[in-house]
Amino acid sequence: MAIDKYPTPMLDQLETGPWPSFISGIKRLRDEHPDQRINEVTASLLGQLEHSYETRKGYWKGGTVSVFGYGGGIIPRFSEVGHAFPESKEFHTLRVQPPAGNHYSTAMLRQLADSWEKWGSGLVTFHGQTGNIMFIGTDTKRTQHFFDEINEYGWDLGGAGPCVRTAMSCVGAARCEMSCANEQKIHRLLVNNFTDDVHRPALPYKFKFKVSGCPNDCQNAIERADFAVLGTWRDDMKVDQEEVKAFIAKKGRQYIIDNVITRCPTNALSLNDDDTLAVNNQDCVRCMHCLNVMPKALHPGDDKGVTILIGGKRTLKIGDLMGTVVVPFKKLDTEEDYESLVELAEEIIDFWAENALEHERCGEMIERIGLVNFLEGIDVDVDPNMVSHPRECSYVRMDGWDDEAVKWFERQAEAS
Amino acid sequence: MADMREPIETGCPDPFQYMHPVMRKNFGMWKYHEHPRPGVLKHVANSGDEIWTVRVGTQRILDVFTLRTLCDIGEKFADGYVHFTIRSNLEYMVTEESRVQPLIDAVEAAGFIVGGTQNSVTMISHTQGWLHCDIPGTDASGVVKSMMDELIDEFKQANMPNRVHITTSCCQINCGGQGDIAINVQHTKPPKINHDLVANVCERPSVVARCPVAAIRPAMVNGKPSLEVDEKKCICCGACFPPCPPMQINDAEHTKLAIWVGGNHSNARGKPTFQKLVAAGIPNNPPRWPEATAIVKRILKAYKEGARDWERINEWIERIGWPRFFEEVELPFTKYHIDNWRGARKSLNSSSYVRF
Repeated sequence: MAIDKYPTPMLDQLETGPWPSFISGIKRLRDEHPDQRINEVTASLLGQLEHSYETRKGYWKGGTVSVFGYGGGIIPRFSEVGHAFPESKEFHTLRVQPPAGNHYSTAMLRQLADSWEKWGSGLVTFHGQTGNIMFIGTDTKRTQHFFDEINEYGWDLGGAGPCVRTAMSCVGAARCEMSCANEQKIHRLLVNNFTDDVHRPALPYKFKFKVSGCPNDCQNAIERADFAVLGTWRDDMKVDQEEVKAFIAKKGRQYIIDNVITRCPTNALSLNDDDTLAVNNQDCVRCMHCLNVMPKALHPGDDKGVTILIGGKRTLKIGDLMGTVVVPFKKLDTEEDYESLVELAEEIIDFWAENALEHERCGEMIERIGLVNFLEGIDVDVDPNMVSHPRECSYVRMDGWDDEAVKWFERQAEAS
Repeated sequence: MADMREPIETGCPDPFQYMHPVMRKNFGMWKYHEHPRPGVLKHVANSGDEIWTVRVGTQRILDVFTLRTLCDIGEKFADGYVHFTIRSNLEYMVTEESRVQPLIDAVEAAGFIVGGTQNSVTMISHTQGWLHCDIPGTDASGVVKSMMDELIDEFKQANMPNRVHITTSCCQINCGGQGDIAINVQHTKPPKINHDLVANVCERPSVVARCPVAAIRPAMVNGKPSLEVDEKKCICCGACFPPCPPMQINDAEHTKLAIWVGGNHSNARGKPTFQKLVAAGIPNNPPRWPEATAIVKRILKAYKEGARDWERINEWIERIGWPRFFEEVELPFTKYHIDNWRGARKSLNSSSYVRF
């Protein structure tokens, strides 16, 4: 049976040009999908989207939709213009947690596609900006059916609202020689320890974990995560001098001077007269640049671990904040090491849940109360790696100085 | 409630079951990588095993037909496994060089784009927009489609000084994230309040609390409890709109686009940086947003011509200075470029360093 199609003269203009068109994809669902329900939903969706393009306004409103047993994970969407476009008047998105590192077999993608076209619009994104698989567009009743079906074969909802959100990790050890950590293990241990806080939003605001295997931070963890874990190392970087020589033979001495030696942010590199590389590892800050330029010659050291930064977020409400180093270096070798990582996350989330204002991210709370109060709250000792430089302002009461100095020397003695 | 089924709270799935077997076998034991051609990465493991990755740009919002086409290619040419990057590029993996070209041919024959690796303009990371979001000022998917049509050669060629990450966002929350170039909605007028609805729809104290500049206060309007905005204080950020939809911030004429540059997530060569405002007042002009694309192309052209190898956009500008940047991209420098938010003094020049 032919369905009503809304004219889409503006959207049609997004079908021209060489980049693949999402409009053409939605039209295929409208015109070619065997299920009339999908034809109608996508026709209606295109109608509303064209209306948005014409009026330059959005017409979706939130609401309350969840699945039985959970409080979050669904992005409810009800149309404000549902009378004009009734078949898509309910158009909810399910946020589904991807496998750590975003790996899929095509067999599994097909199974998900089959379930989604049974219950949803047939539109899906890998992945949204928080990191979820976004199954875009279904009504309230089918939301439950789709979730039940995919939950049976291993998929669970992600976070939405004031809760622990879906985590992200880079491809890391699965394919990258820069990897200094087991990103996927860290990712899953952390987020899966908080499944209750993912599914039942009851925190001051969102809380995100992101894991990058090295300081290149391909997951934008420092900028975007409340709890950022970055792989790093503390012994000497590995230098294959034969490969250094081979690199110079191929690219030239000027290239290595201009692109490696002088680009080191702490001047830790020097080119020897015999075309070998000297590295001052004490000055090196593990920025990754020289390793990125010469991936065959230079590698992270063997004594690997992670740096943890807390409090990254975007503008709302006090302006952008990057994460701050709270754990300069942590080994993750034994199961006890991993357990203590999870305990740190619990400690931080508990302290934040107790002390944050409503709708206040962890970084904003730290800004409001000061890093030192936060550190004392989570029982972490101060470290000069936590600051770019010591305080510049003398307006501070320091009558506890002698005690604090003793603590520092005691900790130093204990560590050595 | 007899048919209600309890959820199985498995959380994030184990990826090893979906991982290419050669990646699984060599997990944590990779030795080095090369970039044999744009869109292709070659990783070599300590064992001698190789993985050749072909990176593919798609429309990101995938219909099930497109998803199955991508699966068909994966099964016929790439062992039936895929990986997605953070910027929604799809990656196929093969184990021998001889299988790379047939895979690329199949991908391109199906209308997808190979590229996006290393020093290219990779896929624009973006948000939902009018297609699905409840607060959008624009349609990120349409902006991205329009821009990628124009930037496709830079996606395919990888001849920028360093990688270029572009993002778009449909409101100032900026879900698209920091980017070397970010194209974000910027509202320019205070919200228009539908006073008939506020009392029923909005939790008024939390809306008051949400305002970053304390410009909102409770008020009785036409005998109804509502909210009012001190329009002299209002910065038109739209933060009140999500918790209180009757405070309509989106406007067909006054919702504009702004462009920001120099956001860099990496620690390489310098600490991560946030993006900085360079252009605003750009019309929100569907379906193809030509004005925004034109400015992005000017910035990319100046960067490509002027930056040294490995300089990201923020590092290039740091070297040449902001006066020359504005000159080269032919954009005005206005009072709006000077920050007045908390901590703004750190962004002022307190030295005698002046560029001529």
